Amino acid sequence: MPNTKRQIVEKESVVVKFVGDSGDGMQLSGSVFSDSAAMAGNDLATFPDFPAEIRAPHNTVAGVSGFQVHMGSEKIFTTGDMVDVLVSMNPASLKSNLKWAKKGATILVDTDAFDEKSIEKAGYKINPLEDHSLDAYRMIKAPITAMTKESLKDSGIDTKTAERSKNMFALGILYFIFNREITLAYKYFEERFKKNPKIVEINKIVIQAGYNYAETIEALESVIQVGPAKMAKGRYRNITGNIATAWGLLAASERSGRPLFLGSYPITPATEILMELSKHKSLGAKVFQAEDEIAGICSAIGASYTGSLACTTTSGPGLSLKSEAIGLALITELPLVIVDVQRGGPSTGLPTKSEQSDLMQALFGRNGEGPIIIIAASTPDDCFYMAYTAAKLSMEHMTPAILLTDGYLGFGSALFRIPKVKDLPPIKPPIAEANDKNYKPYKRDAETLVRQWALPGTEGLRHRIGGLEKENITGVVSMDPMNHQLMVDLRAAKVEKIADFIPEQEIDGNKKGDLLVISWGGTFGAVHSAVKLAQAEGKSISHAHFKYISPLPKNTEKVLKGFKKIVVCELNSGQFVNYLRMKFPIPNISQFNKVQGLPFMINELTEKFNQILEEK
Amino acid sequence: MDFVNTTIERSTVQLSKTDFESDQMVKWCAGCGAHAILAAVERVFPKIGYRKENFCMVSGIGCSSRFPYYVNTYGIHGIHGRAAAISTGVKIANPRLSVWMATGDGDSLAIGGNHFIHVIRRNVDINILLFNNQIYGLTKGQYSPTTPMGKVTKTSPQGTIEHPFNVGELVMGAQGTFYARVPDNNISMMTEAMFEAAKHDGTSIIEIMQNCIIFADKAHNDVIGKESKDENMLNVKNGQPMTWGKNNEKGLILKDTMLEVAEIGKNGVTADDILIHDAYNQDPGIHLMLAKLAPPHFPMVFGVIRSAMFPTYDDMVEEQIKYAKETSPIKNVDDLLNSGDVWDIK
Repeated sequence: MPNTKRQIVEKESVVVKFVGDSGDGMQLSGSVFSDSAAMAGNDLATFPDFPAEIRAPHNTVAGVSGFQVHMGSEKIFTTGDMVDVLVSMNPASLKSNLKWAKKGATILVDTDAFDEKSIEKAGYKINPLEDHSLDAYRMIKAPITAMTKESLKDSGIDTKTAERSKNMFALGILYFIFNREITLAYKYFEERFKKNPKIVEINKIVIQAGYNYAETIEALESVIQVGPAKMAKGRYRNITGNIATAWGLLAASERSGRPLFLGSYPITPATEILMELSKHKSLGAKVFQAEDEIAGICSAIGASYTGSLACTTTSGPGLSLKSEAIGLALITELPLVIVDVQRGGPSTGLPTKSEQSDLMQALFGRNGEGPIIIIAASTPDDCFYMAYTAAKLSMEHMTPAILLTDGYLGFGSALFRIPKVKDLPPIKPPIAEANDKNYKPYKRDAETLVRQWALPGTEGLRHRIGGLEKENITGVVSMDPMNHQLMVDLRAAKVEKIADFIPEQEIDGNKKGDLLVISWGGTFGAVHSAVKLAQAEGKSISHAHFKYISPLPKNTEKVLKGFKKIVVCELNSGQFVNYLRMKFPIPNISQFNKVQGLPFMINELTEKFNQILEEK
Repeated sequence: MDFVNTTIERSTVQLSKTDFESDQMVKWCAGCGAHAILAAVERVFPKIGYRKENFCMVSGIGCSSRFPYYVNTYGIHGIHGRAAAISTGVKIANPRLSVWMATGDGDSLAIGGNHFIHVIRRNVDINILLFNNQIYGLTKGQYSPTTPMGKVTKTSPQGTIEHPFNVGELVMGAQGTFYARVPDNNISMMTEAMFEAAKHDGTSIIEIMQNCIIFADKAHNDVIGKESKDENMLNVKNGQPMTWGKNNEKGLILKDTMLEVAEIGKNGVTADDILIHDAYNQDPGIHLMLAKLAPPHFPMVFGVIRSAMFPTYDDMVEEQIKYAKETSPIKNVDDLLNSGDVWDIK
């Protein structure tokens, strides 16, 4: 229904955040809204923001749940620093999220939720809707709960259920504000609730009522239009990093012909990968929910020995528990994909928040000399390709690979241009042939130093491997000093040689200049956006975003040498920067760090870049 | 009972002991009970009759866990305590393998206790040889979870103050479906129990009362030693009365809810009053009672104490996958990528 009565304001991108009590249905509102945006042709990125507790005390700041959507007619790289439109369903959510609202932002509140008790529980002394503290914003104060109940009075459902639909009323108002076809939401309801037609009907009634109500608000002089983005041709879907990771592993299994085995233990924020793969038994995925993190990885090592694409998924504390077993996989030279969806640490830390503080643990968190493959995904959709790559490198080079993602990528979503599996690079594991008279467990390919994968059950290849040091080639247990040195060196050289099989490090911008900004992993969007802004202002600044960490791309040192100054930006106290310092003696390298469980904001990066550029 | 397991391919030729002998030097101490266990395994594998390539040996850490190096099969020597988890992965990933696990009382009951109870609870079809020597041997003589209370060891100079685990009790507590106890000084008893374990679908625990000649010598001697075995060992066989003694004159009877020792021919007890062993009973009640018996008032029970049929984890994994493949519209990853909410941009 086109919105002809109102003035239409075109915007290139808008950030919308839905906030309310956990249980207010903010995740659903956000999902419906972003789905409609995608259908309308916007590029987008989303991020849910929820508390570590399942149901924290009602109407408190601790219990606020949120869902942020950044949509645009331009390419979207982040979920957005500051919010243009805030939908706030209770005082606590307004209290905790107002700091993210731009000055002049549109704020929609449910006035029915601002009763004395809730205001007090949120920590306000007086009602913020009445003390002029919000005068700088475009406020839409609506009695959402009451009107939701009113709209459903003839539907025959109870008051409690009716009240729970208030998120859809708010959503209806938003569809009006964004001049969105409400039928896009209908489609979502019909698909999502196809087994429950009553829910579909209720949601349709309420969202329509919200839309109609918005039409009557005179304060709404204009509506916002975000046009379709220019995107490469193809088929698209919206995908979270965790789902993309799971699917990347499935694709690698199909392409390599190696059955997928996942041994995992539930842990936030990695659990979705375990749940997702559990659904795909029709693709032959064997998913084992183990009794603990150690059993998860050890079962995967057993499965890897038999010839499966073996994986284990976890987050920081779980990676700590898996350390010893990673050593077993690396000394037995078996493939194994370890996905670490990083969260705030140390210890239990900030389970639902994001950080990049497991890098050193991934690189060095083992006894003995233990080099393995470490790669990192940049965006939610990139998780698909990096999971695929982790599986490919691990199997082809017969050594474990850690894929680092993070809570921000795992929970966040982006549009994903769907590839065809046959177009993905082939995966060719070095499987030993039956009755190969020359087979030896640690006989190596002369070029890659990779040993062969001899699968139990195969005729003529019986052999033993294990955690004790083995003699090179024969695989016999050996405590010989020179052999140990040789094996340590070979394992390191084997991983280093993988640099010949990964892409060279790219530079976004000139190869020489005043400042090179380095980032890795999930901070890509923010850092890329900040660098682009600086480049547009004519600054001599380039960006190198690392996806391959161990080994580093071959041209890394060359990349670093082209710039007067280098700054490494990461969400930890300086782990990648110190790794680079260790590898390359470069004097002009500085660091920008943040360890707050929050992603980088574009403006804080811009400020930092300007400061470095101005320093003599 | 013949073999019912048709998942694992059988050998087309008659295998012998030499097919499983490894070329590696066996580095256990002279006189260690493990040598006899190795001999029993080399004897039973050809008898089981699977293709030699279909055996896979898994172990953790400890003296027992060097086992995979000494037998010519596929094998993986793991890390301390985790053999059960590694075995589980091997079996789920490839159910066509006959998986055997060598472990000890420290490896499986201390550091690996969690994996031990969970593999049993899930009833994954693997065969666990638990070398119980009541001591940490490879680290030279510290007490283990099965060391009898009060025993002086290197870490208990005044005697241990811990209650030991009874392996059988732990197995039943974890809903075990197969439990056998055997002495390391009787190769044919070990071989027989191993053969029964191979036939059993599900997790089989064979507790081997093994002698550590260096750090806990003769720990089991009061039961399995030459002088004591007639009085203190009750070797049970399914369907046979539970009797022992030099002339098989003693037997177990049930009085009220308790087991009691009776002497045949005394106090009106006849051979017909003696309990018949029923290893296949699904109810573990009497099996648990048998596992807990010990001298001085009772004999210790040996042989296959429990062998009950329950579905195995690995079979159910295969069934669920088969069902999903038959019923799901998602037949390949392209189907998955294109399922649900997708749209085209032209």
